Amino acid sequence: MKTHVLFNLFATFLLADGLNIEDSAGQFFSSGHTNNWAVLVCTSRFWFNYRHVANTLSVYRSVKRLGIPDSHIVLMLADDMACNHRNPKPATVFSHKNMELNVYGDDVEVDYRGYEVTVENFLRVLTGRLPPSTPRSKRLLSDDRSNILIYLTGHGGNGFLKFQDSEEISNVELADAFEQMWQKRRYNELLFIIDTCQGASMYERFYSPNLMALASSQVGEDSLSHQPDLAIGVHLMDRYTFYLLEFLEDIHPASKANMNDLFKVCPKSQCVSTPGHRTDLFLRDPGSVLITDFFGSVRKVEITTEAIDLTDPIKEVEERPANGDVHKEMHSYVDQLPVSEIIHQNGKLCATSTNKMSLCCFHGDVSECEMQLPRGLGVEGPP
Amino acid sequence: MFLSERRRGQLAALSIAAVVIIVGVPLWWRTTETYRAWLPVSQIKELAKLQLQLSADVEVVFARGTVTPEQQKKVPLTQTQEEERAIDGDLIILFLILLIRNTKLESKFFSCHVLFLPEDTALRYSTQADLYLLAFQDVNVYIGQRRTALLRIGPQMRVGKTLEQLLAHLEPRIKQVLQVMSFSHNDITAALSDRVRFSPDNKESIADSMRAFKSSPGYEITFSLLNPDPKSHRLHWDIEGAVQTYIQPLLTKLSPVANFSIDSQTLYYTMLGVNPRFDTSRSAYTLNADSLAHVINPVEARLGSNAASSNPVLNFLLYVPDAQHSPLYIQGRKKQEVPSNAFHSPRWGGIMVYNVNGFYGSEPEFPVDINIDMAKVMGVFLAQLRLLLGVQSSTPPPGFLVARCGSTGLADWELDRLMWSRSVENVATATTTITSLAQLLDQIGNIVINDNIAQQVSSAVTSLQLAVAELEAGNLGFALQYSKEAILASEKAFFDPSLLHLLYFPDDQKFAIYIPLFLPMCVPILLSLLKIVSEARQRRREKQAKKD
Repeated sequence: MKTHVLFNLFATFLLADGLNIEDSAGQFFSSGHTNNWAVLVCTSRFWFNYRHVANTLSVYRSVKRLGIPDSHIVLMLADDMACNHRNPKPATVFSHKNMELNVYGDDVEVDYRGYEVTVENFLRVLTGRLPPSTPRSKRLLSDDRSNILIYLTGHGGNGFLKFQDSEEISNVELADAFEQMWQKRRYNELLFIIDTCQGASMYERFYSPNLMALASSQVGEDSLSHQPDLAIGVHLMDRYTFYLLEFLEDIHPASKANMNDLFKVCPKSQCVSTPGHRTDLFLRDPGSVLITDFFGSVRKVEITTEAIDLTDPIKEVEERPANGDVHKEMHSYVDQLPVSEIIHQNGKLCATSTNKMSLCCFHGDVSECEMQLPRGLGVEGPP
Repeated sequence: MFLSERRRGQLAALSIAAVVIIVGVPLWWRTTETYRAWLPVSQIKELAKLQLQLSADVEVVFARGTVTPEQQKKVPLTQTQEEERAIDGDLIILFLILLIRNTKLESKFFSCHVLFLPEDTALRYSTQADLYLLAFQDVNVYIGQRRTALLRIGPQMRVGKTLEQLLAHLEPRIKQVLQVMSFSHNDITAALSDRVRFSPDNKESIADSMRAFKSSPGYEITFSLLNPDPKSHRLHWDIEGAVQTYIQPLLTKLSPVANFSIDSQTLYYTMLGVNPRFDTSRSAYTLNADSLAHVINPVEARLGSNAASSNPVLNFLLYVPDAQHSPLYIQGRKKQEVPSNAFHSPRWGGIMVYNVNGFYGSEPEFPVDINIDMAKVMGVFLAQLRLLLGVQSSTPPPGFLVARCGSTGLADWELDRLMWSRSVENVATATTTITSLAQLLDQIGNIVINDNIAQQVSSAVTSLQLAVAELEAGNLGFALQYSKEAILASEKAFFDPSLLHLLYFPDDQKFAIYIPLFLPMCVPILLSLLKIVSEARQRRREKQAKKD
């Protein structure tokens, strides 16, 4: 009997100890990711699509505020609203007509801008099939322990999203791109948010595991914009992203809000359209997924308990013996194009000297133009 | 000869139809074909089954006094032990352990030496590994810095026992030692984590797999000195010498595994981003473990990166707290002291806090010149580097004593262990890549397969086959090299920019393209053919009627 009691006590002690370890290690294992990435895309250009750029910038701002560094964000903006000629308040992009929040800020790093935002580039970023000369900031260098947030906004329809008013990406292509990402294990978990008309159609065709998707409207519904600003003259933001921004402003890096709260953002009364979400491909329960798992970048941390004893003294770095005179190459500038002479030519300056430049003699007959540029400018032959 | 109008018309229609069918259709077919070079699909399918055979060679040496001379003659020369494990159904891996008896200590490359010593030796034994041991009571196995392990034969195995009993006693112990020194089932399963999401019952191995970087052909290491208070501290660190003396030997030893490139920088006015709390009991500022997670992000934005390649970056930061917040100590989760004053983040790097208030002297005149003790700093960074590269093994079983690694920071058997798991990981990853690429190209008929992609795939397949063969033979160095080549070739083929599938053509779009082209052309031809046929039939009927 006594041994039985003793054993029970011992067992409970072990259990308690085990639970303690479990608790402290709990944070480590609940999500399984070690880094965060974000791909934020605005697909429409022209001044009247101001709200799409504002949408993307507001998500960018939240994501940066919660900790994801610029090196882990791929921001694609199809047009520049802050420096647009029609912007009465240059260098700003506002989210609300009271102009409290300038989502452009002073620290925006756009990776793909203007006409670089195409379906092809977007798919290349996702699948990783970029030409070798692409710099690091334009690549999605995620691994199998990365949580990725993908946000798309623009004009869309049933099964497609319009890029740059000239091409479109279909939901099948998007699903295939995600499947290729999964095949190469380029993500651990992926959150896909889309704010367009009939946005729910874009996530219908997903079939890869560990995907969670949110959309601002169902198939057949239009996503509406929030409100126009009479001074700027356009609608400033879309409703869904406006309320999403409001929700995210309350989140801080240590917050414990989970995905179920995110699903409640912008109910039909506020949004007019019905936001939808899809979690059947996601392995974890959405209630246990923290907002900061995708929007922030909370690092796992371990204390270093061991150190190696190093006893050797530092070796002096040997100076390289001077090789006599350092051979210097003399460089000089190539003779520049005598622009002022060209401008003031009046047909007089023909054939100044043979090894410099014989200019076009504008005697009304351009076909007699003969240009010999000095060596080094790299241009050969007549135009 | 003059043909009648109608006859000419019929001939024209027939000849046009003939040209369209004989010349037009094949021409259209050929010009709209996509170029697809040949891929070794059958070999890829063969590799996808992934039957790996890993063999480790062991040399067992019996010291004098453990076995009688007669038994010694009867010990079998070689003995193999196989163990088959299935992982996730379609992978079967065999462990083959060859036991070879010899009396001389030949150091065969990559083999382990196991010495059996009699129970009562004081273990003052000098082997090639240059070690001297004292007699530990509860230590039965000692693992040295090179590839040697010393085992003590228990008291029950006195010399009088028979050979079979002796061998039966020894085999599980040798196996246990080998699992620590070369590879174990858990290690291999962790290396295959791409293909298999193993069940989370071993939390330590999950933490290990999350912490270490994935296998990559190269890594970039950046050492950064953070000085938030240059007005008070003028810091000098001999980073070049320190890297050359302390870090470079480890990286040179690891050169078969990956290439490393090192750089360093100093950042001024970079704060930690978390306010430390003043602890009156220790009269120092403390950072507790929960706030450590938020330290890294504000700093990372300032770190920058000069990496021109896409290799993973390891950051090691040395933070010298400002004069107002000195000294700064890190507390563990249970508020315990951390002697190294450092922490690391999985797959990112490490941060060490270096307190300099001890260097102030009696009447400090700011700015104070401080020389940082690089040996202490590099000791911590080296330990973190080992962890992040996946060198650290799990805690050894009870009764084992593992020698501390030498000045390079890496024991030979630890390197072997790393090479085993890297080879298996590379082979598995390359196989998965090639298989999914073949599947993708098969599924989508529209993708153009260029010659260079086909060549990369073929070379990847060849390298994979060679790597698997070398793993079977137990040549670890060659296996790793071939597996690296396989990975490079397969990644190049998979991520080739020309493979972008933008040619998604739904069927209704295909109709929409071809109908306006072909329909106006085909309708007159079809109608005239029909007319010819109906006229011919009518004539035949008239002929029939005439005959009757």
